[in-house]
Amino acid sequence: MDSLLNPQRPPVFCPGCAHDQVTKALDKALINMNLAGNQVVLVSDIGCSGLFDTFFNTHAFHGLHGRALTYATGLKMTRPELTVIVTMGDGGLGIGGAHLLSTCRRNIDLTLLVLNNFNYGMTGGQCSSTTPQEATVGSGFLNQIEKPMDVCKVAQAAGAAYTARSSAYRKNLPEAIEQAIRFNGFSLIDIWGVCPGRYTKRNKLTPASIEAQISEMPPADGPVEENQRPEYGSSYREKSAAQKAPSPPKTIEARFSAPETGRQEVMILGSAGQRIVTAGELLCLAGLTAGLRATLKNDYPITVLRGHSVSEVVLSDEEIDFTGIDSPKVVLALAQEGVNRKKSIFGTLADSARVFKAREVDLPATAADVVEVDFKALGIRPPDRALASLALMAGENRVLSVEMLKKALKTRFKGEVLEKALALVQKEMR
Amino acid sequence: MALCFMEGNEAVAWGAKIAGCRFFAGYPITPATTIYNAMLAFLPPEGGVCLQGEDEIASMGFCLGASMAGAKTMTATSGPGISLYSEHISFAIASEIPLVIVDVQRLGPSTGSATRGADGDVQFLRWGNSGGQPVIVLAPTDVADCVTLTVHAFNLAETYRCPVFVAANKEISMTKESIDLEKLPIPKVVNRKTAPEGEAYIPFAVSEGSRVPDFLPIGADRLVRQTSSTHGEDGYLTVDPSTIQRFQDRRQEKITAAVDDFTFFDELPAQNADILLITYGVTARAARTVVAKLQAAGEPVALLVLKTLWPVPEALIRQKTQGVKRVVVAEMNMGQYLHEIQRICCDRTVDFIGTMDGNLISPARIEEVLSNG
Repeated sequence: MDSLLNPQRPPVFCPGCAHDQVTKALDKALINMNLAGNQVVLVSDIGCSGLFDTFFNTHAFHGLHGRALTYATGLKMTRPELTVIVTMGDGGLGIGGAHLLSTCRRNIDLTLLVLNNFNYGMTGGQCSSTTPQEATVGSGFLNQIEKPMDVCKVAQAAGAAYTARSSAYRKNLPEAIEQAIRFNGFSLIDIWGVCPGRYTKRNKLTPASIEAQISEMPPADGPVEENQRPEYGSSYREKSAAQKAPSPPKTIEARFSAPETGRQEVMILGSAGQRIVTAGELLCLAGLTAGLRATLKNDYPITVLRGHSVSEVVLSDEEIDFTGIDSPKVVLALAQEGVNRKKSIFGTLADSARVFKAREVDLPATAADVVEVDFKALGIRPPDRALASLALMAGENRVLSVEMLKKALKTRFKGEVLEKALALVQKEMR
Repeated sequence: MALCFMEGNEAVAWGAKIAGCRFFAGYPITPATTIYNAMLAFLPPEGGVCLQGEDEIASMGFCLGASMAGAKTMTATSGPGISLYSEHISFAIASEIPLVIVDVQRLGPSTGSATRGADGDVQFLRWGNSGGQPVIVLAPTDVADCVTLTVHAFNLAETYRCPVFVAANKEISMTKESIDLEKLPIPKVVNRKTAPEGEAYIPFAVSEGSRVPDFLPIGADRLVRQTSSTHGEDGYLTVDPSTIQRFQDRRQEKITAAVDDFTFFDELPAQNADILLITYGVTARAARTVVAKLQAAGEPVALLVLKTLWPVPEALIRQKTQGVKRVVVAEMNMGQYLHEIQRICCDRTVDFIGTMDGNLISPARIEEVLSNG
């Protein structure tokens, strides 16, 4: 196979830049692997490492700083057959830190070449996440008070299955890159090199000193034993194939006639654990069994096991426009938390409105017709009170009928839960 | 008659499924999370991909990669997520990457209130990209719109190779509603135009009479280049001012010149109306209640509900405001789209109804302003 370097666009790095070595080594690796340009995508981001994709006759995706791994993930998940190679500098590594950690955790089959030259070359040699504390860089003293990170160590801790550290000047760099690309999973090579334009103007760094420093680092030369596991994409596809497709939305036939016509608003005021949302939904489903339109708005805090729970239901034999509630026909006041949340509504209730109030709940002053229910004495536990209240409404043929409620229960539940719910409704009827 | 009962977010996911969405990535955020839940149920069993990014930036990055690999792609978030999407929205605009972005708006500013509705992002969606190039924004009013406008959003993203926003609102997206799915006017599904076979592929070249480059996926036989940098037809950097300006013009015009083809709206027209109420999103529902009532009482009031917010459908607005003495704009914010209407209707009174307190604008409030102007 021929070189994939683009003869029309030769590398334009500063003379002596280590990126030149990596460009050539990558090309050699691709030649050795017999890969054609259309089998490979080079993904890069900002900085001098971001020029890589322009030198190769391959597919190319160049994007924003530090985000290259995210594009690569989307590409690889959509086209698993592609060889996806990512180049990032130590700058992109820092700004895209969360993406590095997550890519390591996923173990998706990408190869990341970190072109580590210890500073931000393109913007004036500022410190990066790998700048030594003793270096003199374009960020004044700031690098002196920050610890540089060991890319391989961080990646290993995050679950990377393959990490290697190399000098850009090693003769076997093409083989090292090839081995990383051939690895079925996420592979990362931290490639140390010289930035003559910025870094070595004020700091001494040579191929020999790089080699000496690497020899003192903890080993990172390929597969990380404790992190070996299946590749993300193949696991994803395997799990996906075992998922069951969701059933289409359930339709409800209109089979009954509703006891009342016109717009009917119902407000259910309760607390977490009272199955308020379920009751709201049941009331709507009951409406659908009579061909009514229905809307349901719920309000509860993010702590779903504590606090108020409010459902606002509108049923109508015409299209429902406004989904808010101005003048509820029925209010179910089942817990103080819910009542407190909607205190202002009680003063506005018409005298024709009906409030079913749990015995222990205090209501603000209201003109509505209030019926007190002693759920405790009736042996109805808090989680069943909302449903029991619907049964009370149905018993009076108020908004919904008993047959509408029973059909709604049969639509929503099955098995033992359905039996229990129906029994509760039956009990209320008596 | 058989009705279904679903929330707006579920309806968006159904729309995406109908449109042929194959890739979704998102980061959980109330009130958009249930779109992600639904896509996670839909996509994997049919061979599609649904991912949860480590953050919103990653989710958008996944989407851009997937779309360039040829998949119809969607993401969903709320205002705080749109903030983080910004750099990738700019990328999708600049580099013509088809993508549907659902913004289930919640009360801001900032992290605001997770479970309260608002329409506070409508100017943010338009201008939240570096460079200020135009975007398409569609605004649903109910669950039915969530299905149909999502299909339209995919069609437009594919047709114009651009990000398309669905500007929903917690009050639609997390409100469950009855819907007759069989009666929905589902648009015909459109796919992106691929480059003809047998010719050299130039990634950003446009054929005669077109403003949109033909697409090939990364991974095709012919090489594809994609870049966020200022580029020419070949997808390489350019510094040539005439190429750069030509690209700016083309990206601008492909959207703005075509708005008449995707001006979606609804109305309650009235002959010789003196007053026109203009609104969008969930507020349209309160508006409809009021205007229908006033019209029944013989009041000269009409209603225009915009479902295409950006680019501003100016021709439609000019036509509908002709002969109208007073225009009233109602929206769930402190006055954002108002500025567009004022700009177009600069020769007459434009009154404003707006709140940003987490509650719906009530019919009573609208009626008061319409009756006492």
